[in-house]
Amino acid sequence: MSASSQPLPTLRAVSDERPTPELCFSVWEQALRERAEPKWVYPLRKAGLARFAELGYPTPQHEDWRFTNVEGIASRPFRPALTPAGATLTPEELDQLVFARLGGDRLVFVDGHFSPALSRFGPKPGGVEVTSLGAALKNRGATLQASLARQSRMATNAFTALNDAFFSDGACIVVPPKAVVPEPLQLVFVASAGGEKGRSAHVRNLILVGAHAQVTVLETYESLGDTAMLTNTVTELEAGEGAVVEHLRFQDESEDAFHLGALYATIGRSADVVTHSFALGAQLSRQSLHTVLDGEGLEATLNGLYLTTGNRLADHHMVVEHAQPRCASHEYFNGILAGKSRGVFHGRILVRPNAQKTDAKQTNKNILLSPAATVNTKPQLEIYADDVKCTHGATIGQLNPESVFYLRARGIPLETARRMLIHAFAGEIIDRVRCTPIRQELDQLVWDRLEADEHVHVGARD
Amino acid sequence: MQPILEIKNLQAGVEGRHILKGISLTIQPGEIHAVMGPNGSGKSTLAAVLAGREGYDIVSGEVRYLGQDLLELDPEERARAGLFLAFQYPVEIPGVNSTYFLKAALNEIRKHRGLPEMDAIEFLGFVKDKIKLLELNEDLLKRPVNVGFSGGEKKRNEIFQMAVLEPRLAVLDETDSGLDIDALRVVSNGVNKLRSPQNAALVITHYQRLLNYIVPDFVHVLMDGRIVRSGGKELALELEERGYDWIAREQRLAA
Ligand SMILES: Nc1ncnc2c1ncn2[C@@H]1O[C@H](COP(=O)(O)OP(=O)(O)O)[C@@H](O)[C@H]1O
Ligand SMILES: [Mg+2]
Repeated sequence: MSASSQPLPTLRAVSDERPTPELCFSVWEQALRERAEPKWVYPLRKAGLARFAELGYPTPQHEDWRFTNVEGIASRPFRPALTPAGATLTPEELDQLVFARLGGDRLVFVDGHFSPALSRFGPKPGGVEVTSLGAALKNRGATLQASLARQSRMATNAFTALNDAFFSDGACIVVPPKAVVPEPLQLVFVASAGGEKGRSAHVRNLILVGAHAQVTVLETYESLGDTAMLTNTVTELEAGEGAVVEHLRFQDESEDAFHLGALYATIGRSADVVTHSFALGAQLSRQSLHTVLDGEGLEATLNGLYLTTGNRLADHHMVVEHAQPRCASHEYFNGILAGKSRGVFHGRILVRPNAQKTDAKQTNKNILLSPAATVNTKPQLEIYADDVKCTHGATIGQLNPESVFYLRARGIPLETARRMLIHAFAGEIIDRVRCTPIRQELDQLVWDRLEADEHVHVGARD
Repeated sequence: MQPILEIKNLQAGVEGRHILKGISLTIQPGEIHAVMGPNGSGKSTLAAVLAGREGYDIVSGEVRYLGQDLLELDPEERARAGLFLAFQYPVEIPGVNSTYFLKAALNEIRKHRGLPEMDAIEFLGFVKDKIKLLELNEDLLKRPVNVGFSGGEKKRNEIFQMAVLEPRLAVLDETDSGLDIDALRVVSNGVNKLRSPQNAALVITHYQRLLNYIVPDFVHVLMDGRIVRSGGKELALELEERGYDWIAREQRLAA
């Protein structure tokens, strides 16, 4: 890879004080001038900064952040990767990443900056656009004005506000009405190794799917070596009437990394949208999913699996907002926790007054593989319509002893029985992935990861 | 001849409840024993203790299986030694594929018997006839264990597994309950196919009906954790005619 010719904007001028978002923004403004963004983008960024100034970093006093303490992020200097880092990854390193064998378009971003040389994409039939957001804003910015930050700027999430202010790049995918993208689109986000303390990447993706169009988008987040990089990623998804969308997020960053992801999705009438979150890495990860069911008779499935070991924490914070009648939402989240790791699940279901005949289902199941692992799970139902069906259930525990006994009673050793059941528990979630090559890859990867975990092997008796 | 199973004065309980209050029973190779009794008499507890389910306290007595101390063995060791329990309530195991599960079980048992492991192709060939015997759909092998099976399919699946694993001693816990007459015939047929001078079965049932198809050599009546009467197959008919109350009354009189 060629080294970037642009010098890194220096923060030395302000470095007597710990760099903060406010202090960084002036440096960022200089960098922005060279980006030739449409005029309307800058006010969005300023508004994001103002919102962040108002909200501040969340603390555990904040109900939405009770179990996920981001002090480790708040106390670090704030150093957004405003321009690409000098060294990025080689094509060989790229081939080492998960899903490298997947065909189809692949956009690669390093520390939040688009790397055309590592990417693979071309013109598509039917007016389908797959480019970097930076290029899209430059070339056809006006068409994005109605959508970019439309959802994110309403959010009361401090990290989303930061993202509005500091997003460097990401993907822009536009699928016109009725267009069908046959192969999955892969967005690869890599955090480079090393770098200054507090380095962060702010990624913004925009996915606009027209009426009756179909597309599968896979976002992967991985690290090159050990890095304490903060990745703060926001995806805004709009799915039109009758659209069929499969969206996946796969996070497997290094064990020092911080990962904050948000997905804002607005779904239209009769659409069929599935979104998956696979959280395997980072020392602290949080996925915020806010889904607005904004047309009658649609179906949304939110599916997720977290595997945690060591001291990791994986948080899923869900808001499913039923805004129209006759919609179905299904949330399935399974966690497998080892070591001293922690899982957090917060599932809010909001049913607006006119959203009659809502069918909302939420399950969060957790298996603790070690006595020191913990889970905090909390459903939150706010129902303002009277004719609705809302169910939720959460379990935290060991493997079902009845199942273990059934397998052993057929001659299968305890350890194998445990392993089969743990894989099966992960498999429940993986099986919901519709795109076959992605599902197969995930299956293999999760299998290998579980096999490598000593807790899967030790006896179940204690 | 060495008995297959010898239960001597077995007393056992669960969660502080005393359930089995002294059971003695010997099963020789080639024999089928039926254990009958009203609900709550301890039939499933007996089956669970034999199969090694956790959580049961053995208060006293002993159980020998082919000459070894059965109660010392882990459940998987018992299965590998040829003990099979057909569950009254087979467990649904989402995410565990039936073929994968049963092949793993069969290969554990084959390893124990000094036989080579079967690969997937050999396995499918091996089970084909047995699936037909139980009149099950081959599709079942592609599905997760017991998930989405009807009540009857679950019971037939238990006997299918038994046919594949070829146990020395099969313990069938109310395999007949919830079966219609056709399914009952199919299940019995499967059990009878496995009958041989070397093998034995302990058939637990609430109703006499099953015993028209699986004809027992001995019938034992279990009430309140005790075998209160043993006899030949005609005892089952007598019970069918006169009900369990009759024995209960006699018991009270004797006491
Ligand atoms: N796990 C348990 N905890 C407490 N009591 C139990 C448990 N299992 C069975 N029992 C009790 O033991 C008695 C015998 O049960 P069981 O062996 O299932 O009878 P059967 O199979 O003959 O109907 C019943 O009264 C039942 O309620
Ligand atoms: Mg019973």
